[in-house]
Amino acid sequence: MLAAVGVEEIEHLFDSIPADARLSRPLDLPRPLSEQELFARLRELAARNATPESHTCFLGAGAYAHFVPSVVSALASRAEFLTSYTPYQPEISQGTLQAIFEWQTMICGITGLEVSNASLYDGASATAEAVLMAIRLTRRHRVLLAGGLHPHWRDVVRTYLQGLDAEVVELGVGTDGRSEPVDSHLDGEVACVVVQQPAFLGPVQDLAPVAAAAREHGALLVVAVAEALSLGLLRAPGELGADIVCGEAQSFGIPLSFGGPHLGFLAARRRFVRQLPGRLVGETVDARGRRGYVLTLSTREQHIRRERATSNICTNQGLCLLMATIYLSLLGPHGLRTLARDNLARAHYARTRIAATPGVELVHPGPVFNEFAVRTDRPPAEILEEGASRGLLAGLDLEPHAPELGPALLVCTTELASRKEIDRLVNLLGKNRP
Amino acid sequence: MSRGPEKVGNTTRGIAYEEPLLFERSRPGRRGFALPPLDVPEVEPEALLGAEACRETIPDLPEVSEVDVVRHFTRLSTWNAAVDLGLYPLGSCTMKYNPRQNEAAAALPGFAGAHPLAPASLSQGILQLMAELERHLAEISGLDRVSLQPAAGAQGELAGIMMIRAYHRHRGESRDRVLIPDSAHGTNPASAALNGYRVQTLESGPDGLLHPETVAAAMGPDVAALMITNPNTLGLFETHIEPICEIVHTGGGLVYGDGANLNALLGIARPGDLGIDVMHFNLHKTFSTPHGGGGPGAGPVGVKNILAPYLPVPVVRELAGDEGEGFVLDYDFPHSIGRLHAHHGNVGMMIRAWAYIRSLGAEGLRRCAEMAVLNANYLLSRLRGTYHVPYEGRVMHECVLSDRLLQGTGVTTLDVAKRLIDYGYHPPTIYFPLVVQGAIMIEPTESESLEGLDRFAEAMLAVAEEARTDPERVRAAPTRTRLARLDETRAARRPVLRWQPAGPSKRP
Repeated sequence: MLAAVGVEEIEHLFDSIPADARLSRPLDLPRPLSEQELFARLRELAARNATPESHTCFLGAGAYAHFVPSVVSALASRAEFLTSYTPYQPEISQGTLQAIFEWQTMICGITGLEVSNASLYDGASATAEAVLMAIRLTRRHRVLLAGGLHPHWRDVVRTYLQGLDAEVVELGVGTDGRSEPVDSHLDGEVACVVVQQPAFLGPVQDLAPVAAAAREHGALLVVAVAEALSLGLLRAPGELGADIVCGEAQSFGIPLSFGGPHLGFLAARRRFVRQLPGRLVGETVDARGRRGYVLTLSTREQHIRRERATSNICTNQGLCLLMATIYLSLLGPHGLRTLARDNLARAHYARTRIAATPGVELVHPGPVFNEFAVRTDRPPAEILEEGASRGLLAGLDLEPHAPELGPALLVCTTELASRKEIDRLVNLLGKNRP
Repeated sequence: MSRGPEKVGNTTRGIAYEEPLLFERSRPGRRGFALPPLDVPEVEPEALLGAEACRETIPDLPEVSEVDVVRHFTRLSTWNAAVDLGLYPLGSCTMKYNPRQNEAAAALPGFAGAHPLAPASLSQGILQLMAELERHLAEISGLDRVSLQPAAGAQGELAGIMMIRAYHRHRGESRDRVLIPDSAHGTNPASAALNGYRVQTLESGPDGLLHPETVAAAMGPDVAALMITNPNTLGLFETHIEPICEIVHTGGGLVYGDGANLNALLGIARPGDLGIDVMHFNLHKTFSTPHGGGGPGAGPVGVKNILAPYLPVPVVRELAGDEGEGFVLDYDFPHSIGRLHAHHGNVGMMIRAWAYIRSLGAEGLRRCAEMAVLNANYLLSRLRGTYHVPYEGRVMHECVLSDRLLQGTGVTTLDVAKRLIDYGYHPPTIYFPLVVQGAIMIEPTESESLEGLDRFAEAMLAVAEEARTDPERVRAAPTRTRLARLDETRAARRPVLRWQPAGPSKRP
């Protein structure tokens, strides 16, 4: 091969790199490990993390421990899905393309909107992209973040907007855990109002008045969803007047993996389609008239439009959207609703028990889905530590996020938390410890 | 003599399972999922949440059985080309083999089940792995600090550009122009523009390289940065990288390195040593994490110390001295550009990349670069003369050809690409970089054997021969796939972006 290439030594392949620019020593990396050694090391590291196998997980806050049927990983780990790339060549990518088309369809149905993209990195960046999209559509520059948006998502929106001619106005939450009213902050310069549903602290927000107020001022309503499973019960935001629905679909069959890869989604009204960020798959026909799918409306995208693209996104979360599509196919409408009801019932049970337990109280008595804030009579850190020793991840310490609540925890109950385990949590939180 | 796909290339016989959209398989009442019995009291959602807040139906989800789902997606999978099926020479994408052990690593319950908001004391294993990966990437790139947070290369670019903005702002300078060569990936200008920069395109020289005088002429007090890809998208090493970096630095600007082509440099040269101030890594290219049909990737960003104060938060930090032992997530970066990800980035991809680096070690990584470069040069040597080589010179990990020598046959780059499918290959990247008309960009990676490269070269040569002897056949390609060429114009003109029961969709 070297002869065919016309060099004598492999080093000469790199002659175009100036000699003084080359590395004159081996990289300083640990010695290579065989697979057997590698897994010994990996298992050591993995054993030092809490997981739903070692600890019952009452921790949510944007990443949810749900049961994932075996079929999801069995299908998604098929080499043809796993080791292919962006379907630029549709004739040999129909598997990926059709799955994306199915995902787009499902997200439209679930959100009550008309067009969906293929995916974005996560719920936080999807929200930032939704805000940028609203700014382009309205040519306005003020963004209202209603109270109750996940604090990390707020941070990401702010990060994305720095350097741009845009202003972010952040509202707080009322005593009911919902956003303070948006009306007085709306005027002809507001591009969009972003409302998270349910709110970060759990309460289900009342979207209809926000939608009406936004519409009155020509602002778009962006509804952000951190727990996608809630859409199994809650009215589709599109039906309630949302113009863009974005969020995190990790709950649909995607492992926690310490926060990623997860799955951002974004759906919108049809008339906004040319301002959507990211990949889109459309239906077409082949040269013989048979139905097939292709990437489409690419003139929005960076590889064609460069600095005038609607987003810089290229690689997105293809395999994750495949997993979510498989998951939703298994559940179907009945399964999704039943699972959502299951989560709701567990939260209701936990809340009823907590309300009756001395030393601990519900911060917001109003309706929630599967997550809620609990005020405690001792420091959350102490509860979390004690919980960990008893095999419970008892929730999220709200001190950094909502210090005004005093000592409080955000608790989430999914189908993985049995009644017995919820009882143990309540015992831990309250005074009547065993 | 015809050398059709029957004789040359990857033997394919075509698989032709038909499979409708899953929605069209839906039958009322069919299920693929069961919950355990509810062990807490049932609730009425309407009573708890209010009827107004509750939905009546969930449209557009199919009602199918588990077998339906398994067959559906298994059949769909057979319509994809993939690295595990054969050479996938998509230039600039580094479609190397994705070791299966890495999949098993990321799937270990202690990783896959780790909650991102669990206390650091209950996340020590994954935090240590992340800290180690940061260190390895810093060593490989010659940079001082790394943040693993960006979820893909383009987000890494955005992070880098934002850090550059923060750096200038902190020094009280307002610079609003970014220089980008005409051969750059589209994400470069898109990322710069997304952060509010004006983009100025720089012309490559006749040798395909960026020249110091071009950069010098474009420099000015308003230039924040130069974004450069090295090796560039023509597969050429930017020989003048050091003087170019010096010009930019002297003018008060910084140099962003697009790490998409890092595979060529592993253990050979380090971007940080060449003068790059900030770069992203594509874990899904260089470090073998699977491409997944379009992600998830991971785009860690590495910086020189001057940019470290601006890294996205949180940063993984190893405790030292009085703090005790272990790892924490550090938010104490007052000048940070902020957070880019809901949590800590695509950690599942980090685990795979860590496993890859630990399996190969220093020598193995260098061997990757050597074999990747050898393979690209070997293919070029086999195809030169039959395909036009727009820029001569030693290539690195990929080579760019064009269809110029096929002029007069009526066969274009697109036709060559589609005909290669009939020979059992995923086509190279085509019509990119934009500086080459009818570009065919081939990146074989280190994963291919000599015989594998020869078979691919034979297929490329056979297609060129067909272009002369039987151009219609090439232009009709692909003919051995389930579907023939798809009408992309129609898809864009009348976008049908979801299935609708009474919509324009018809069963095939």
